[in-house]
Amino acid sequence: MNHFLNIVRKEVRELLTPTTLIPIIIMALIFGGMGNMIGGAMEEAKEKPIIGLVNADSGAFSILATNVSAELAEVRYNGSSENDIEEGMVILEKEGGTALLFIPENFSATIAMNRTAEIHVYWIMRGAGIMDMISSGVVEGILQEISRRITEELVQEGNINASFVLSPFKTQETTSFKGKEMEGISPAVIGNMLSSQSTTVPIIMMIIIIMAGGMVISSMGMEKENKTLETLLTMPVKRTSIVAGKIVGSAVVGLIMAIIYMVGFSYYIRSFQESSQVDLAAYGLTLGVADYLLVGASVFFALLSALSLCMVLGTFAKNYKSAQTLTVPVSVLALIPMFITMFKDFDTLPLVLKVILFGIPFSHPMMAMRMLLFDNYTLVLGGIVYSALFALAMMGIAVWIFKTDKLLTGRFRIFTLKKKND
Amino acid sequence: MVSMAAVEVKNLVKTYGKVEAVKSVSFQIHEGEIFGLIGPNGAGKTTILRILSTLLHPTAGTVSLFGLDVEREADAVRHLISYLPEDAGAYKTLTGRSYLTFIAAFFGGDEKIVEKGIEIADLGARIDDKIETYSKGMTRRLLVARALMVSPKLAILDEPTSGLDVINAQEIRKIIQDTVKEGTTVLLSSHNMLEVEFLCQRIALLNEGKIVEQGSPEELKERYHARNIEEVFTGVVQ
Repeated sequence: MNHFLNIVRKEVRELLTPTTLIPIIIMALIFGGMGNMIGGAMEEAKEKPIIGLVNADSGAFSILATNVSAELAEVRYNGSSENDIEEGMVILEKEGGTALLFIPENFSATIAMNRTAEIHVYWIMRGAGIMDMISSGVVEGILQEISRRITEELVQEGNINASFVLSPFKTQETTSFKGKEMEGISPAVIGNMLSSQSTTVPIIMMIIIIMAGGMVISSMGMEKENKTLETLLTMPVKRTSIVAGKIVGSAVVGLIMAIIYMVGFSYYIRSFQESSQVDLAAYGLTLGVADYLLVGASVFFALLSALSLCMVLGTFAKNYKSAQTLTVPVSVLALIPMFITMFKDFDTLPLVLKVILFGIPFSHPMMAMRMLLFDNYTLVLGGIVYSALFALAMMGIAVWIFKTDKLLTGRFRIFTLKKKND
Repeated sequence: MVSMAAVEVKNLVKTYGKVEAVKSVSFQIHEGEIFGLIGPNGAGKTTILRILSTLLHPTAGTVSLFGLDVEREADAVRHLISYLPEDAGAYKTLTGRSYLTFIAAFFGGDEKIVEKGIEIADLGARIDDKIETYSKGMTRRLLVARALMVSPKLAILDEPTSGLDVINAQEIRKIIQDTVKEGTTVLLSSHNMLEVEFLCQRIALLNEGKIVEQGSPEELKERYHARNIEEVFTGVVQ
């Protein structure tokens, strides 16, 4: 055979192994899933948003605004007086509406007098994920279109006050999000403020879990390869101490890594807060000491869960090389909640995704800060308890494996044929 | 001089799925002797040593060390034994001294244990260097020292001189002989039959999971009219 082809065949056989293929296939599946999510979001963007319209004005400009709204949105509630706002909000809340536009009585007259009018926008914000913001973005587009059409009218009428013509009305916004009424703030501003948590926290958690988890699995692989594990197992020390010692040791290193990342992250967050014009504290969107302790507990138990799971996976490692493959399931489990929490809020997810997200213990610290900002203690505490139970269960499985032949032989002893000859 | 049995193995069987690695093996080791399990690769030596070291569970049969059952009293057995796996390594980021200190901590952390380990390893100033800088011979000496520094009642050594050059192998054999003088019983395995003949008071020849012959090297050579144990083994398996 041709020497060149002989070498090519050898290289392909050596490189094309499950170790190299599985991570690529999984990443392809994740990107495929993300593509579907983004495709769904694009469809959502094309759909008309559901809005309510309360028009207390009978002038030409308010009629124009009503027509544009009817053209570009699905108006599920129509009212004519300020008193209708409350009823409209209740209906929109039920029907999945995005916003209610209130045009006050003197809207057209104010514009006719070359004065800037006002439209009140009552936003119903359902989530702070990137994809949750799409519908509010579409409604903002409708408001811009209303502004553009009024501008056209004014220009046709010969109005030459440029600054007024280009901005004939301003919006006064009130956002309702997770039970909080926030005046003077739009979903986009809230979304921007929370985007640091929507993206950075999940990424940091994902990195820490993959790195710390990888350390545990690699350590098991190294211990098996060097037979230091065999030595350790013949020492007068309980299996529980070995498992717990390895997990806690890795958790300490993981937490050190977390602190280093968090220091950088806090500077990142501060830069956003300093440049922001909005004081979230004024809306009660701040974390207290107890909240930070809960975030810490959430991180700790998620890390413990990750390391315990990695310890179980590590028992399957035959050597350092095979240990690298075993980090893939943990990486995938860390990537799934990272992507989901970046794009969607837990509350706006379908039930199946909610169950999957809750079932992955690493999701909880990724969601904790946002949950605590809106006083959703139930989910955070539930997540901490679940992560703690998950970690305990994994440690129990790890200790059980440490007590069986499986750890060294890779086989489970299903039954024994033990005959005691006393 | 007849002494009490340090190790008593009766009808030991170990299967891995359908493969029977150890087939009803029985032998005894007397306190204070060096006993050798010899046989070719895959004969079942390491499996037997791992069962005696509480690492594997027997499928059938009993194993007792100094009267303690390895299955029921594994924790107590671990206080009496020291196991050296074949081709074992050590934690490479530690120095020789800190590795010995780490192991000594499991036995009470007495500084005398560490000092004894340093003396056995005989690595001079290199004891304070990282293990990753050690040669294979130095690492093996450190590991033998680790196994013997705690003065175990039974030292279980799997191929203690495997892969070592003549000088290093000789030094390790000397260390093992010295340890026995201090009261430790030694069970070792090897496929180097000449080494076992030189070191052991009694040996068991293992082939395909079975003990095919056992006795002192002199007895076996006489029984099979052989010049050395290699010839005995060939005679037995043929």
